[in-house]
Amino acid sequence: MTTSSLPEGRLETELGDKKPLYTDAEAKAEADRCLYCADAPCIKACPTSIDIPTFIKKIASGNVRGSARTILEQNLLGWSCARVCPVEVLCVGDCVYNAWEREPIQIGRLQRYATETVLKSGAPVLAKKTAASRKKVACIGAGPASLAFAGVLALEGHEAVVFEKRAVAGGLNTTGIAPYKLHSADALHEVAFVEGLGVEVRTGIEVGETDSAQVVSTKKLLETYDAVYLGVGLGADTRLGVPGEDGAGVFGATAWIEQMKLEMGRSSKEQIAGKRIVIVGGGNTAIDVARECAQLGAAEVLMVYRRGEADMSGYAHEMEHARVEGVRLVPSTQPVAFLRDEAGKLTALRAAKTDANAKAIAGSEHEIPCDMVALAIGQSKLQGIAKLLPGVELDGKGCVVADAATGQTGNPKVFAGGDCINGGKEVVNAVADGRNAARTLLARWGA
Amino acid sequence: MADLSIDFAGIKSPNPFWLASAPPTNTGEQVMRAFDAGWGGAVWKTLGNPIVNVTSRFGGVDYEGRKLMGLNNIELITDRPLEVNLREIREVKKRYPKHVVIASLMTETKDDWRVLIKKCEDAGADGLELNFGCPHGMCERGMGSSVGQEPGLLAEITSWTKEFAKTPVLVKLTPNTGDIVEAGLAAVKGGGDGISLINTIKSIISVDLDRLVPNPRVGNASSNGGYCGPAVKPIALHMVAALAREEGIKIPISGIGGISTWRDAAEFIALGATSVQVCTAVMHHGYRIVEDMIEGLSEYLDKSGMKSVGELRGRATPAYQEWGDLDLSYKLVARIDPKTCIGCQVCMTACHDGAHQCIFTGPEDRARPPHAHSHGPASAPKPLPIGAVAGDRVPWIDEPECVGCNLCQLVCPVPGTISMVEVPNGPRDTWNDRVKSGRDKVPGGIHEG
Repeated sequence: MTTSSLPEGRLETELGDKKPLYTDAEAKAEADRCLYCADAPCIKACPTSIDIPTFIKKIASGNVRGSARTILEQNLLGWSCARVCPVEVLCVGDCVYNAWEREPIQIGRLQRYATETVLKSGAPVLAKKTAASRKKVACIGAGPASLAFAGVLALEGHEAVVFEKRAVAGGLNTTGIAPYKLHSADALHEVAFVEGLGVEVRTGIEVGETDSAQVVSTKKLLETYDAVYLGVGLGADTRLGVPGEDGAGVFGATAWIEQMKLEMGRSSKEQIAGKRIVIVGGGNTAIDVARECAQLGAAEVLMVYRRGEADMSGYAHEMEHARVEGVRLVPSTQPVAFLRDEAGKLTALRAAKTDANAKAIAGSEHEIPCDMVALAIGQSKLQGIAKLLPGVELDGKGCVVADAATGQTGNPKVFAGGDCINGGKEVVNAVADGRNAARTLLARWGA
Repeated sequence: MADLSIDFAGIKSPNPFWLASAPPTNTGEQVMRAFDAGWGGAVWKTLGNPIVNVTSRFGGVDYEGRKLMGLNNIELITDRPLEVNLREIREVKKRYPKHVVIASLMTETKDDWRVLIKKCEDAGADGLELNFGCPHGMCERGMGSSVGQEPGLLAEITSWTKEFAKTPVLVKLTPNTGDIVEAGLAAVKGGGDGISLINTIKSIISVDLDRLVPNPRVGNASSNGGYCGPAVKPIALHMVAALAREEGIKIPISGIGGISTWRDAAEFIALGATSVQVCTAVMHHGYRIVEDMIEGLSEYLDKSGMKSVGELRGRATPAYQEWGDLDLSYKLVARIDPKTCIGCQVCMTACHDGAHQCIFTGPEDRARPPHAHSHGPASAPKPLPIGAVAGDRVPWIDEPECVGCNLCQLVCPVPGTISMVEVPNGPRDTWNDRVKSGRDKVPGGIHEG
């Protein structure tokens, strides 16, 4: 998989970087501000426990390759994490400068500087080892959890193969991250870095029940490999199930983002620019779509959410950015139906106000004129593959049951991590899962 | 408002702030702008036979993002014809009769000195400063610091100048010497009317690691330069104080070395300087810095109840004593204010790795290192102090083990959070007292065990 397999002129490239790469001078100036705390709170706030003060001091001294090494030894996807992590509620949020009412260290931007500078230079950063007894692992899904798992094992000299049903690897980093944080080309560049560690990524191959040209069976994986990693993420966008939903103009949020990032050309901007867009939902995906539409020039972007703002699962800092970009939140409101003209064209969302229990209030129905609606109310769980793996269990919500520290499932050979076990968290959580499972295996194998 | 005017060996200046002989005093146009900004005097860029300079000439030391903690240069004395400089001195003195212009001089033969001094005094210079300090270039030709490093030569050339001079002669000393007092006494012996110090310190500022050539780079080579700027202030303060407390030195001192603010200037004056000279801070930030220097010094004197800058002069000199006369019983311990601590724990790292292992965190009592003087574990305070902003990250001090070294306070980024508190600890006792009374044997010596 290479970045050149992406079509030119993708719509996502219209959306510029909100936090551009620091120049050398900017990075040094910011790095010099770090207090180099002992027992640093930023490290504790990082799900992958990157030694942040150490990598920052290395930037300050001009040892940028060493800085990238410090990051990548804990988090192989440190480049994308630097760009997509909600640092405001993780490392940066816990910087001691906050306690002093001073600007916290911009850890994400410094991490991006170190990783991007070094990875784009192509210089080798991590030393590959030779395993005394070479094992083979297979990963299902080429998202951050699998890539971290496979990369850690490949570095130790083991054979790691990743199966991905899509044509592109990288998972949500490639298909779902807001372009103003990470473009798909950089996500694929990072995948290439992981491949460079010795990981084999087979795209366009689905894992299923029966072997065929495009399908490899779970049975075969369990027979062929010493361990199998389940990192399949989540499934299709949840539907509302209200009248008028099926038809043009109503999209699932993640499906639309994937198209916008990978398939739509620049001319597709006309579908958004000047249009009235409604986003249904109050999570981070909802805010992402809202911001993307606002940045693409929508005339109006309304986020319709059935509860109050305080109940939103989306981050407050993201909502703040969204508002600055022109997004309006319409709280305590839920869709009732989609209205269409005779030609089937979407004209409005019929909605009702809700009470404190998020129940529709009788007689409150009203129409919100709109040209497009994106549904960001959750994603289904991909349960099929898990059910094909003996011993692997699903919980009541449809998530794969796995040990939080090791990723071990009910089948001793099968590990799982990322969104398929947590129902949808951050990229950095998925990376931590994959790395921890790999380290568990290394300890078990004694190598 | 306190009186800032001074009388330096008969030279009257509206304030103690002079520009040191350096690029800021290269030309008349510059000196006049400096006087407009408020400088009381200027020591002209050293005059002599014009020289030829190289490119580049300066190198800097930055520290964690701050520029020019230190500066070095390989520039020589004035590269402009003497007559041009003299014409400009004449013009400056005509327009600014109440401001001080001192001609810095460097030359070789006795007759050179005679002619140079005559010309400068005819041009209206208020005084002369003998440059016996320059540690680069000129010293290779037998001038500058090569004179300052030889007390006999220093005294002799000073005495030559005194034969010719009608105005006060200041002798500018080099710090590149074993004992600054010896050089100071030589200046007195030669008849000098005042002493200026320090000139720059012989230095190599840095190495260009790509080319493997020291800086400042002249093609593929460099040379040792003269180091100055904020980083050299402590060296200069010591040398000024060493001369100020020397009984054989009664002539006034002009303090030089890293002075950037009124506070720096006040410290030099408190240790015995009559005037101060500034270069690097002006090269960095311009003549305008003198406004705050004048105002700040004046505010400080007013607040301290001193009516003139003369009252401050030498006030801290008596407190500069031999180590053997310091009180061994005096004891300080560190205290951390949980209200302002931000929980960075930089103090803890510093104490454990760089000091005496007496700062801890957490609610439990902690094991002391095996070399601790006190017995048992370090007791955590009960209840544990919970910081207003840092919560349970506020460290605590194992006071019986704290030697009061200051390191934690020095590294703490939040001013005022760590204070050093005096604790009662018995009557005064100095090392010299112990020597006198035969109590100077400390157990564990070379011949024991």
